[in-house]
Amino acid sequence: MDALKQELKENIIEQLNLEEFTVEDIDNDDALFGDGLGLDSIDALELIVMLDKDYGIKLTDPEKSKEIFQSINVLAAYITEHRTK
Amino acid sequence: MKKGVAITGMGIVSAIGNSVEENLEALLTSKSGLGISKHIQTHHKNAIKVGEVTFTNTEIAKKLNLPKDNNYTRTALLGCLAAKEAILNARIESISEYKTGFISATTVGGMDMTENYWKQFATNPEVQKFIPSHHAGDSTEKIATFIGITDYVTTISTACSSAANAIMLGARLIKAGKLDRVVVGGTDALSKFTINGFKSLMILSESNCTPFDANRSGLNLGEAAAYLVLESDEVVAAQNKSVLAYVSGYGNANDAFHQTASSKTGDGAYLAMKKSLEIAGLQPSDVDYVNAHGTATQNNDLSESVALQRIFNEKSPSFSSTKAFTGHTLAAAGAVEAVFSVLALHENSIFANLGFKMAMPETGLVPVTQLQKIELKHVLSNSFGFGGNCSSLIFSEA
Amino acid sequence: MKTCYIHSVVSISAQNSFSENDTISEIQEHSGSKIPAVHPTYRDFIPLSQLRRMSPAVKMGVAASKKALEKANINKPYAIITGSGLGCIADTETFLNTLIENEEQFLTPTAFIQSTHNTVAGQIALGLKCKGYNTTYAHGSVSFESALVDAQLQVEAGEANNILVGGVDELGTEFVDYVHIVEQKQKQPIQVPLSEGATFCVLSSERKEGIVAVLKAVEIQSKTAPENIVTEMHDFLKRNKVDSSEIDAIILGNNGDAFDAYYQHIEKLFPKTDFLQYKKYVGEFFTTSAFAFWMGAQLIEGKTLPKQFFSRKAESKSYKTVLLYNQFKGSQHSFVLLTRC
Repeated sequence: MDALKQELKENIIEQLNLEEFTVEDIDNDDALFGDGLGLDSIDALELIVMLDKDYGIKLTDPEKSKEIFQSINVLAAYITEHRTK
Repeated sequence: MKKGVAITGMGIVSAIGNSVEENLEALLTSKSGLGISKHIQTHHKNAIKVGEVTFTNTEIAKKLNLPKDNNYTRTALLGCLAAKEAILNARIESISEYKTGFISATTVGGMDMTENYWKQFATNPEVQKFIPSHHAGDSTEKIATFIGITDYVTTISTACSSAANAIMLGARLIKAGKLDRVVVGGTDALSKFTINGFKSLMILSESNCTPFDANRSGLNLGEAAAYLVLESDEVVAAQNKSVLAYVSGYGNANDAFHQTASSKTGDGAYLAMKKSLEIAGLQPSDVDYVNAHGTATQNNDLSESVALQRIFNEKSPSFSSTKAFTGHTLAAAGAVEAVFSVLALHENSIFANLGFKMAMPETGLVPVTQLQKIELKHVLSNSFGFGGNCSSLIFSEA
Repeated sequence: MKTCYIHSVVSISAQNSFSENDTISEIQEHSGSKIPAVHPTYRDFIPLSQLRRMSPAVKMGVAASKKALEKANINKPYAIITGSGLGCIADTETFLNTLIENEEQFLTPTAFIQSTHNTVAGQIALGLKCKGYNTTYAHGSVSFESALVDAQLQVEAGEANNILVGGVDELGTEFVDYVHIVEQKQKQPIQVPLSEGATFCVLSSERKEGIVAVLKAVEIQSKTAPENIVTEMHDFLKRNKVDSSEIDAIILGNNGDAFDAYYQHIEKLFPKTDFLQYKKYVGEFFTTSAFAFWMGAQLIEGKTLPKQFFSRKAESKSYKTVLLYNQFKGSQHSFVLLTRC
């Protein structure tokens, strides 16, 4: 699980070009959207593709994805439960 | 009320017909042009519905008498067809008789060819002729040359509001006396680039779109070209021209909210409609019909509905989106819907908002769902795009 | 009719024109088929959180617009009008390559939504929360001049005060090479490098301290034969009530290709006027003529331009009236007339 969280942080920083962040800056409980990392709806779409590509998880409703993308902890738990690759 | 700038000719090619007459027939019989793509080799072919023009490129090139080795993109080909009809329809015999301009709109320009040959551009001399035809201005130049316009020629690219801005600029240039006559409109061909772009935004519908419906599931893309001929009062008088309608109002504003999404308050749309009413010297209550942008995405239709309620003080006039006929034709949409607005005035008809079943709970707004015959004096047409670009036009009866 | 004043002009180019004092102190010689702009430190102009998605065109546009507004002492313009021949070609390339290589699977939207021609104007509006008139022209080498025509129309008609106008194009990484391949197959190809840049200005009907120049006239014309260009130019000057003897300098868009014939016709007519060229130093691209607009403004403001720009120069002269002329491959002709206010 910790390895997955580390991997997620690295991927998020790289995929979303978060130059000002390092893995250490992101707390497992930090809000990814809004006040935390400040991600927005376009980033949500980027993360949906990342879930599909890296973990074989298909999300069809961008609105529902917001619950999954709450924090690294929530996201990692969801991936662990639903991953197909 | 101010009279506005005279429209003396129109031309159109879209999924519902290859002439103004054919488009009108489909609108009056509520016949959608959406279906499975025949011309585009995309992986998503069977999963999406598009509004495609029936002609192949070869067929159009033949109609236009183009040489076999031409480097016309589909965007240019569609544009030439529609512009030619507009010139004929306006009964223009000599282009050079008056100072004439051409303003065309496109989003992806020559992408339909670029995406097919991208990986061959570096090495295959046979396809390199499509390198100079990639940029947005190329289709405009080709259409201008085809119809013989050499003076003021330019291209507008403000995403899905592009053609509305082309019509607006044309009207302004005529009003300012800079041009006597101007052909305005837009052209966009379907491409894998835009299909995949909208798919990646998860706003592409798998079935026919249902604008303003509570359960709307996104848009269908379409391709089209449409042009209007605008002429000054002097030209109209000198040549005893019959006027189809007037461009009486126009407004352009930016939502300044998000790169792609519209604001919940519909500020950009509201401001664009407000300005267009001011230019036309009309009250909101003077508008008889709104040809809405209505793409059938969750975001656009809600934002536009809110803006309609704001500008019309909760008493929205009859409105419908014709996107379920043609698909969303991107840069051409504003011109396609300008032609439809003029036809609506002529026929005293409101075209059906196909596919609508249930009002969205947030606003309760119900569009016109079946062809409605009613006297129309003023029609407002909306076009909104990425980058917050919002434009509204008002067309008034001649 | 109101006068169209230029309140500020700034330019990011392959020369160090975006310097602290907005002048070029020394010309950098370039070689090769393409040259990038001298990019400023964008963090000084744009918050990091916004920078992360921006392509060079958007960065150049946003940075140049900020400086142009700052110099004109304006927080929010009434309208934003840009010109871009190729739009955001870098993100277009990115999305296209991903689309082809991934066979239309696993596509993310960021490059797509940033690939449109109006991304720059949209991002500027977003940053400034500017809800006014906003449009983008994409017509090859008259993209910037089309924006000027629109802005001048609004200023002169009194419809708008303070309009931000800009021309911007980025080099990208791939398409530029294809353009180069096609060019090299011409009998007499373009002799200057391909490049990128952004020039932004504030136009206004307001007469105030520190005005740079007056945009007296701007016109575009799609086609004309080389032998007719002199007549076209005379007609342009006549329409704008300027005698050819009043012109102190002419800035031409020579790029070394066969269509330089157009410029030669004009050069012959003015034996005593100063002539300037720039594409050798800032390259050819669809909105490179906006750099000439910046040069013209510099001359009228009394700033010194490096001697390399002058193909003919008289001794210490002051510039009251400057004419700009550009064309591309015999099409997309533009005349711009700048005067001292």
